[in-house]
Amino acid sequence: MSKKSESSSIFQVIGASSVGTLIEWYDFYIFGSLATIISKQFFPEEQGTAALLSTLAIFAAGFIVRPFGALVFGRLGDLLGRKFTFLLTLVLMGGSTFAIGLVPGYKTIGVAAPLLVLLLRLVQGLALGGEYGGAATYVAEHSPANRRGFFTSWIQTTATLGLFLSLGVILFTRNSLGVDQFNDWGWRVPFWVSIILVIVSIYIRLRMHESPLFAKIKKEGKISKNPLKESFSNKTNLKMVLLALFGAVMGQGVVWYTGQFYAQSFIENTCKVDFEQSRTIILWAIVLATPFFIVFGSLSDKYGRKWIMMLGMLLGILSYRPIYQKFLDYTSPALTRENVAADKCVVHPSIASIDPKNNQKLFVVTKKDSVYNDGAIFKYTSTDTLYLSEHIGYSSEKHASMNVVLACNSLNEDSTISTKYIALKSSLKEGATASGIDTIQVPVQKAGVKASIGVEKNVGSGIFWAMVFLVFIQIVYVTMVYGPIAAFLVELFPTRIRYTSMSLPYHVGNGVFGGLVPFISTLIIEYTKTAENPTGSPLAGLWYPIGIAAVCLIIGTLYLSNKIDEDVMDEENEYIHN
Amino acid sequence: MNNLRRFLGVVWILLGPAAVIFMLSQAFAKIAIANTKVLAATDEATKALASAAKLNVQLQWVIIIGIFLPIAFGLIIFGLYSMKGEYDRN
Repeated sequence: MSKKSESSSIFQVIGASSVGTLIEWYDFYIFGSLATIISKQFFPEEQGTAALLSTLAIFAAGFIVRPFGALVFGRLGDLLGRKFTFLLTLVLMGGSTFAIGLVPGYKTIGVAAPLLVLLLRLVQGLALGGEYGGAATYVAEHSPANRRGFFTSWIQTTATLGLFLSLGVILFTRNSLGVDQFNDWGWRVPFWVSIILVIVSIYIRLRMHESPLFAKIKKEGKISKNPLKESFSNKTNLKMVLLALFGAVMGQGVVWYTGQFYAQSFIENTCKVDFEQSRTIILWAIVLATPFFIVFGSLSDKYGRKWIMMLGMLLGILSYRPIYQKFLDYTSPALTRENVAADKCVVHPSIASIDPKNNQKLFVVTKKDSVYNDGAIFKYTSTDTLYLSEHIGYSSEKHASMNVVLACNSLNEDSTISTKYIALKSSLKEGATASGIDTIQVPVQKAGVKASIGVEKNVGSGIFWAMVFLVFIQIVYVTMVYGPIAAFLVELFPTRIRYTSMSLPYHVGNGVFGGLVPFISTLIIEYTKTAENPTGSPLAGLWYPIGIAAVCLIIGTLYLSNKIDEDVMDEENEYIHN
Repeated sequence: MNNLRRFLGVVWILLGPAAVIFMLSQAFAKIAIANTKVLAATDEATKALASAAKLNVQLQWVIIIGIFLPIAFGLIIFGLYSMKGEYDRN
């Protein structure tokens, strides 16, 4: 075969493998990205059983089912072949994702809804556990030895691009339908989109041939009879599985999750940047950093896999805290106060809504927009609860079309009485003021109970791009640890048990160590909570990824070899150090 | 370097049980907090919510410890291999 046609053939292999893997990641992430809406639809907090099933859906899918899927499909891949197995995982993933989009909500079918979603989510986790190892192995077994890092790095882009695609489809659907429609039913669209992508991908994959290395050992009758036993009870191979997990994948998993998911969650929940802008920041950073997967994959062919991965971990360990401190500084009202454009700030009229269960209880929402000279807007929403001394006799039906304003006489701490004018929610009209004709005067018995303040920030363009840059840096670390790892894992194990052996450490490292980043980080932050600082130290959560990456860096540096295995066709496991 | 690898084997052997003990202590502490909330509940509705929350916390920790135990065991084996010189280089 000429060099040109060989190259075109390998890119066909990469294309077919990558599209399927990309879709699998997309399918897996849309559930996570829409978790808040999904939990309202299927797992209402006030329903104990549903909330319990929600925990199972989140924890079990990532931590138990993914590694289990790696074992089940890894075994199939080593027994029946790579092509069949990753076609199967694709069908399972696509089918279950599409089905989640069809399940009626809790209000319609009760507890059956969360049960069905849980079941489908577990199928998703199972399929994901089987997909990656197959795709990486398939591409690696088609690649020439001197360019294995380069060719497998294309597969490595798919996890990040899957996240990109899921965020993009969600934002596009949300903007097209509007927030209310999206929250009501539009969230199902990204799940339905999956089926189109999967059909296209299945068509492409059906036209592919079996991996040449697997086909060869199958023809020679050398395939493993029991891949699970060979992988984990054979001491030589078990040594490699453990080394892969503790010396590479464990650190890679936490760097991957911190750079993308933790960054997004931190920007949205801790820095309070609004839904759309926080996702746009991640989208830009992904677009700019994704080519580096190929760069570092390619460099690993020249300089070896080990040191590139270790450098990615080291940079993460050293710079995570300064980077996240910068996120806080950029969005801190205290540090940006001098830039407030006082003349543009707006305090909106307070709006009240009556507690449907108790019409002496009012929730009063007051909004204030702080506008900054650089175009940033920080929107504050404070919610007060007022307990009135008498029923207000308000009927939402009767007053629906009227301009009703409550005049609340509340007792101040210094025993004076002040009047607060509040527009009633269902009678919202432009210009609802104290001079409205339907003013209801009600004395307040208790006020200001449990006031809560919510903030939603839209940062200015300068800070927006600075934040994109900080996420970009983190994703570059991701590309350093993740770009070469498929080639590294493939070279560590022999062909006959490769699918099984590399899938398990990969999914334990990513699913368990990586997936635990938000949980353990929240746990650590709780330790830092004191009476003086009830919210705790927001940066403390980073000690988990930093600690895991540090242990992995030590193990990887001391125990891994930087040697590139020229021959992945080896039938026996060779410890690549020797 | 081989000596250092062997010596660190002891550290990995100790790190496995240490991580499990840490996880177990966390689990007990969090479940105890959830239990306190159940006991402190004054009405039936609050008590039902607190009980569900407690069950949720228990479930989370059972899953995490269940998946973490074999990993910690794997770290101990890794340490043993390391201590015995299985990862020594020629």
